[in-house]
Amino acid sequence: MRIFLTLTRRELAAFFVSVSGYVIIAAVTLLIGWSFVVVMTNLGSDPSPMPVTEMFYGTYFFWLIVLLATPIITMRLFALEKFSGTFETLMTAPVGDLQVVAAKFTAAAVFYLIMWLPLLACLFVVRHFTDQPATLDAGTIGGMYLGVFLVGCLFLSLGCFASALSRSQMAAAMISFVLGVSLFSLGFLAQAITAPTQWKTKLLSYFGLFDQMNDFAQGVVDTRTVIFYVSLTLFFLFLTLRVVESRRWK
Amino acid sequence: MNENAMIEVTNLSKRYAGRTAVAGISFTVARGEIVGLLGPNGAGKSTTMRILACYLPATSGTVHVGGFDVFHQSVEVRRRIGYMPENNPLYLEMRVREYLKFRARLKGLGWRRSRERVNTVMEQCGLTDVSRRIIGQLSKGYRQRVGMADALVHDPELIILDEPTIGLDPHQIRTVRQLIKGLAPLHTVLISTHILPEAEMMCNRMLIMYDGKILAADTPENLQRLVAGKNQIIVELAAPAAALRDCWSQLPEIEYFDVSASEGEYQRCALTPRDGLDLRPVVFALALQNGWVLRELTRNRHSLEDIYVQVTQPGEEEENS
Repeated sequence: MRIFLTLTRRELAAFFVSVSGYVIIAAVTLLIGWSFVVVMTNLGSDPSPMPVTEMFYGTYFFWLIVLLATPIITMRLFALEKFSGTFETLMTAPVGDLQVVAAKFTAAAVFYLIMWLPLLACLFVVRHFTDQPATLDAGTIGGMYLGVFLVGCLFLSLGCFASALSRSQMAAAMISFVLGVSLFSLGFLAQAITAPTQWKTKLLSYFGLFDQMNDFAQGVVDTRTVIFYVSLTLFFLFLTLRVVESRRWK
Repeated sequence: MNENAMIEVTNLSKRYAGRTAVAGISFTVARGEIVGLLGPNGAGKSTTMRILACYLPATSGTVHVGGFDVFHQSVEVRRRIGYMPENNPLYLEMRVREYLKFRARLKGLGWRRSRERVNTVMEQCGLTDVSRRIIGQLSKGYRQRVGMADALVHDPELIILDEPTIGLDPHQIRTVRQLIKGLAPLHTVLISTHILPEAEMMCNRMLIMYDGKILAADTPENLQRLVAGKNQIIVELAAPAAALRDCWSQLPEIEYFDVSASEGEYQRCALTPRDGLDLRPVVFALALQNGWVLRELTRNRHSLEDIYVQVTQPGEEEENS
């Protein structure tokens, strides 16, 4: 546990000692701000019964951020260490493979959460100027952040996997971007194809990340969705672990 | 199993796809020894070290470090070794003290103990002045010392250094060499290098590797003796070349000679004795007898360079002869 914490701390610190961490946060803040402006303009012109959080996802900015930011956050994790050779110093220290994978993923997840903090500020601005506490109750925000977190974890685990596969950060980012976009578009596939068989559509609809996120944004936490995200995240982390271990049986 | 052995390697081989890097080597290293792994680039030194450090698995054979198997008891082994890989990779964005502290914690040292050890190794490696500097901004010599400090930080029984002096200037090499020599009685050290004089100066014992095999394993002195039998001598005499040739060919002690003109009336002769005899008294007596002026008489002390060339290139030698 101590080793896990030590590793996580270093990984997290690595985001903040390099420029890249700040660039990601700045870019994401810009996009969040932008989407906020769009949402506010829409809200100003015609009133809507939707919660503000849900409107936010209606702008697609959210997915843009998740799909673009996660590969950039995770590309460094393994690829850079392999490229610079520090992976060798790391793995010859008495640390377990699982500890390394878990620490890197945790650091990425924490960074990801920090990256989303500006959104909270936007929501406070809304509350401050509308004087309507009902528009932003704790449940909605909690549900939304849980959704943001779970979706993020899934994409970050994809990114970890891609990073473990490659020695090049660029390649890692591209692999995880392609994997991420593919996973994301699976949900649309269900709508696009006219059901040849019932079960296929049903299976694809489980991958409807977009619709699931809408639920979260309304404050609806569906256990099935949570299990779906958690298990898929664990699955990709397991694959990452296998890739890291593969060194031993190659 | 030998109680006193720090490293026991038996029939170790490592094959990469389509290429054999290490071909069935065996050796042991006793506690407290400084052993040099010597060989040209691509001889399998780094691969051997990576296997010892539990980074790569062996294709076959067994490796024990301090009585633990490197594959099955990997964590136990890793706790006991300090390993500095080739090219000394470091987290360049970290500060020296921060990095060493991180490494100490990673190697399982407690908070207080890690602080103590970090201070000790920083002093030992001469890093106290740069403890707050960012590693990426340090010179190569300092970075190398940071790498060594990292290898030492958890006070390991075995220290494995892959090419510790590569890319350093002569002054820095001397510092590193002294540092390594200072580790000897308490720690076992395995270093790899392709620079001979370095190994000659630092090591109690040398293993010469070539093409994945160990060709010779002995102390530097014994390896000297191995080739000393063919000691050649160089003579410079003021005498007619023809007379010299006559003279050398008549001497039964000489197996092979070569005469070439030097400046003025001097002739430079390279004489190879039969059965490793010392030819110098014979030559002196001859010069005295003929009244030739002798201005040079030296025995080629075989340096390890020769041993190295001789053992590492057996194929070429056979082709030439």
